[in-house]
Amino acid sequence: MLELKNVTKVFNPGTVNEKLALDNFSLTLENGDFVTVIGGNGAGKSTMMNAIAGVWPVDAGQILIDGIDVTKLPEHKRAKFLGRVFQDPMTGTAATMGIEENLALAKRRGHTRFLRPGITKKEREEYKELLKILGLGLEERLTSKVGLLSGGQRQALTLLMATLQKPKLLLLDEHTAALDPKTAAKVLETTEYIVNKDHLTTLMITHNMKDAITHGNRLIMLMDGKIILDIRGEEKKKLTVEDLLHKFEEASGEEFANDKAILG
Amino acid sequence: MNIFNLLNAMPGVFSQGLIWGITAIGIYITYRVLDIADLTVDGSLCTGGAVCIMMMLSGHNVFIAMIAATLAGMLTGLVTGLFHTFMGIPAILAGILSQLGLYSVNLKIMGKANQAINVDKYDLLVSLRYIKGVVFYKNPIFVVALTILILVLVLYWFFGTELGCALRATGCNGNMARAQGINTNKSKVLGLMISNGLVGLSGALLAQYQGFSDINMGRGAIVIGLAAVIIGEAVFGKIFKNFGFKLIGVVLGSIIYYIVLQIVIWLQIVDTDSLKLLSALIVAVFLAIPFWKNKYFSKSALKKGGNNNA
Repeated sequence: MLELKNVTKVFNPGTVNEKLALDNFSLTLENGDFVTVIGGNGAGKSTMMNAIAGVWPVDAGQILIDGIDVTKLPEHKRAKFLGRVFQDPMTGTAATMGIEENLALAKRRGHTRFLRPGITKKEREEYKELLKILGLGLEERLTSKVGLLSGGQRQALTLLMATLQKPKLLLLDEHTAALDPKTAAKVLETTEYIVNKDHLTTLMITHNMKDAITHGNRLIMLMDGKIILDIRGEEKKKLTVEDLLHKFEEASGEEFANDKAILG
Repeated sequence: MNIFNLLNAMPGVFSQGLIWGITAIGIYITYRVLDIADLTVDGSLCTGGAVCIMMMLSGHNVFIAMIAATLAGMLTGLVTGLFHTFMGIPAILAGILSQLGLYSVNLKIMGKANQAINVDKYDLLVSLRYIKGVVFYKNPIFVVALTILILVLVLYWFFGTELGCALRATGCNGNMARAQGINTNKSKVLGLMISNGLVGLSGALLAQYQGFSDINMGRGAIVIGLAAVIIGEAVFGKIFKNFGFKLIGVVLGSIIYYIVLQIVIWLQIVDTDSLKLLSALIVAVFLAIPFWKNKYFSKSALKKGGNNNA
């Protein structure tokens, strides 16, 4: 489904801030995989996501989605393959537009936009039903501006928008990190529900080791732009946080220094 | 300071306010919808006026001339848009470059610094001379108000289409727009073209109204347009929520601006030489108000964070 082949990305090349964010990075996802991604700050998690999404061009390597080479495609052209939810709840939605308008924008992802109506009556009914899945009462507030919603509500809405047109790949970039624990759990629950319902191939970055273990069928850990751990199948099912910390120390030769990841 | 002098001036003030209202709508589209301060307008207003007058002087029908003026305006928007997106120049600088370049272009179009058109010899759509003593449908207030009504209806429709929604999303949140497959560069160019097309049309009407096009007619257009946008929002923001009404609010803002200006002149508070200084200061204060509100009177600052109270 997704193939990253020897992808390299260097930020600020030739300066003192030069940073090798992805180092000859390769990763292959099978259809229906739900992969959780963990790693410390600066490990390359978000860089990997942005490389897939096409936020900027990579320096070397190849990116294929469902066999299609998207390496050279700009961000807006890759969008038709991808559903994305960002860490910052403000990023995924248009604050000055209504809930239904945001959904309608997402509904047209991958289609040529022309002078047809931006939203139709039939769609409104459809969105009303869809919003009920979230259980946040948003179905009664279709025309409310998204700027009036809380962070959790916005993330849930973004999740719905990302999956409205079934994406080939769902990218979740720490999408619960900015939320309080209760809201985060709720958004994660919704995520699990939607991913299972639509059998979506998913990449989810998280800071929370427990979440990384409970969700998905495969777990990868990144460090210095490389995959240092790759656990899947039966092994993943039996995994505990202690195992993971132990494996991390073995793989990296150092102690895991991120309290948030352990305690969170 | 005869009050009748002021009242007598009102029909003219209304006409001017309405004509500038079209410029203000154009500026609303870039400044509010696209979130770009586009300085091209200082040049494209004159481009519109110059093209319209020269077309008419060479024997073209007034409507053809006005369509040409609108298209010329759109072309200036295209240039600014390409400076910004294709060449990566910051939007504000892209506008300044266009504006400067247009000074020469406008001189070339007119052949000299100004071109007059005689209302008796040419069939103008609007003119100072039609303010009084003509049938109502020749009155510039009626003609321009009708034009605005049509423009607002068309724009209201457009911004409800897929393309229009894409444009709004681009201005609101570029990251989101790209993630939803919108080519934000294309949206920006399109928005700049629509905006400057309107400004060109406004210039065409203004040139006819005053009976000439002049190389300096667009000077400060961005400030007048911004003043109209800000006044319109300050006065009617609470009442007008609908996009179409917001545009009408902006036009009313433009009329209020010209009424205030006329009163200032009538009261002889400042001499006419200082009017531009006064405009600049008024706009500066109005632009500062939202900033000051946030900084000094922000009661809801904590609530606004919003991330944690789902």
